[in-house]
Amino acid sequence: MIAPRKGEARIDEKTRLRLYQLMVELRDFEQRAYDLFVENLIRGTSHLALGQEAIAAGYAVAMRKDDYTFCTYRGHGHTLARGASMAAAMGELLGRANGMLHGKGGSMHLTDVTHGAMGSYAIVGAHMPIAAGAAWSAQARKSGQVAVCFFGDGTTNIGTFHEALNLAVVWKLPVVFVCENNHYMEYTPIRSVTAVEHPAADRASAYGLEPILVDGNDADVMYETAIHTIGRARSGDGPSLVEALTYRHGGHSRGDPATYRPKEEVREWMTRDPIQRYRERLASLGIDDGALRKIDEEAQRKVDLATDEARNAPPARIEDIESQVWSDGGSAWRN
Amino acid sequence: MAELTFREAVAAGIAQEMERDPTVYFIGEDVAAAGGVFKATVGLLDRFGPERVRDTPISEQAIVGAAMGAAMTGLRPVVEIMFSDFLATCWDMVANQVAKTRYMTDGQVSLPLVIRTANGGGSRFGAQHSQSLENWAMAVPGLKVVAPSTPADAKGLLAAAIRDPDPVLFFEQKSLYGIKGEVPDLEHVDRLGKAEVRRDGKDCTIVALAAMVPRALAAATELDGLGIRATVVDVRCLVPLDTKTILGEVKKTGRLFTVEENPRLCGWGAEIVSIVADECFDDLDGPIIRITTPHVPLPAAQAMEDEAMPTVARIVDTIKGAMR
Repeated sequence: MIAPRKGEARIDEKTRLRLYQLMVELRDFEQRAYDLFVENLIRGTSHLALGQEAIAAGYAVAMRKDDYTFCTYRGHGHTLARGASMAAAMGELLGRANGMLHGKGGSMHLTDVTHGAMGSYAIVGAHMPIAAGAAWSAQARKSGQVAVCFFGDGTTNIGTFHEALNLAVVWKLPVVFVCENNHYMEYTPIRSVTAVEHPAADRASAYGLEPILVDGNDADVMYETAIHTIGRARSGDGPSLVEALTYRHGGHSRGDPATYRPKEEVREWMTRDPIQRYRERLASLGIDDGALRKIDEEAQRKVDLATDEARNAPPARIEDIESQVWSDGGSAWRN
Repeated sequence: MAELTFREAVAAGIAQEMERDPTVYFIGEDVAAAGGVFKATVGLLDRFGPERVRDTPISEQAIVGAAMGAAMTGLRPVVEIMFSDFLATCWDMVANQVAKTRYMTDGQVSLPLVIRTANGGGSRFGAQHSQSLENWAMAVPGLKVVAPSTPADAKGLLAAAIRDPDPVLFFEQKSLYGIKGEVPDLEHVDRLGKAEVRRDGKDCTIVALAAMVPRALAAATELDGLGIRATVVDVRCLVPLDTKTILGEVKKTGRLFTVEENPRLCGWGAEIVSIVADECFDDLDGPIIRITTPHVPLPAAQAMEDEAMPTVARIVDTIKGAMR
């Protein structure tokens, strides 16, 4: 396995602070989403990415503004990391008219095309060929854009994973596939249902790709991995497949207390929490604690404002039920 | 006007649009170098080159998925799914992703793409290469569904489908590929959502689609000899559906027969029957009758397949019996 080295000296302070800020914002948003569930203000389901923030932040900071993000139903963080409105995301979770999708998509489908967040996809693996298609389009238009596709470890056992990787390699597409291996496909340990130890990295060689296995809880490592893989795609050298090791703080979705995970394992991973680790690293690099505290406070304030805006927004409009099936804005199927 | 086969008209339709619009790309299994297993895309690779006309692996999910990703980011892809039966292997892409993403994002995403596919029976291929699946597509909100019956319509409706800003499933009935007909030489773009009255008669209205249209027309000719004058409506497009034309013709004759290649349950004709019953019940002079394939997987043997699909004789007998 080849992992990019931790070249601390090559990441400047401004970038590091940005990585920290993004991770804290994503953490606070997800924590608030959890609290609103407990209050029963958010209905349906939701899949939180608490603990997996370094992957979203590392890539988002490395991406060009017009690059494409494709993510899964565990996609709040990836969508916000591209610059989407937090109030609109919260509004969508709450089923409000100010929601990012005006209530039509919900938690599992956050999309903000204007920020390159090309959608959260709720059928496991579906977005891998779709991301390859966006990369195909970028290649055809010679736009220099790159598509980055995030998915879970469970996705590595569904057909689209293999179809998309093969096509992306054959057509040398500018796409980066990032497996967020949180070690559980849903409730079942990924190792107990997978033929190889590393569900993505061990499959890379089958597609002629370099196996890339990295610490997904280290924001510097993720940022460097992003720079490396996005750069490779942008320069015409084709796709990459990255496996980033990480861990969910909580269960698969709302209502899953994750009791299937050994306590010792949870304790061990909590000591590797990406935000706590990064905070300590920044301190050790001499970054003033006051600057970090200010970032913490601002993130909290941002989430508070977004929550207030969403809570005060009216419910999603029933007049919109029959709109936007077609490009003419309507849903007519007959004359 | 030139006389073209249906398969040549398909290629002509794609070529016309690729010539006009540089964002139109065409991919599929064996479609480029081989010109398609039904030879409906012969010459496109030579004319437009390997960047725009590409062979894919046998990966239907990747084909439709890639088309979707390309369509949402500035291309206008046309893809071929070799047999409509194979839509089952990528139905998530078609029904969950392509069909729903515009709605779920409240219009943030547009998907101008066409999925062409060889559909239907009559080729002795057995139940996994012969299905008539228009009604699968019709049941999913967000898909437009087209099934032409003539070479001219193959070109004109395909051009319209490619120019349409929304996803279109374009069903080419494979027994029609060899039929010939006059096709406009110059730019030919038809309109989705418009049925055509192929024949006028005062006694009954037969509504048919794709390969059932020529059979309905042959049956109508025979019925003439029995003193029954039949109108034949070619539906052409199931979504959007030209109910105005269908209702208008049913009102004129007072009787309606549908001729459907699909197995019985939930065929497109059932929806038309429901609309007619709702909206012009008082104009009807007798029961509405659906003539379909029985509710079985299509058998392979010539004798069985021919008898399973609606035949001209069955259409004539059914209408004759009902009109007595």
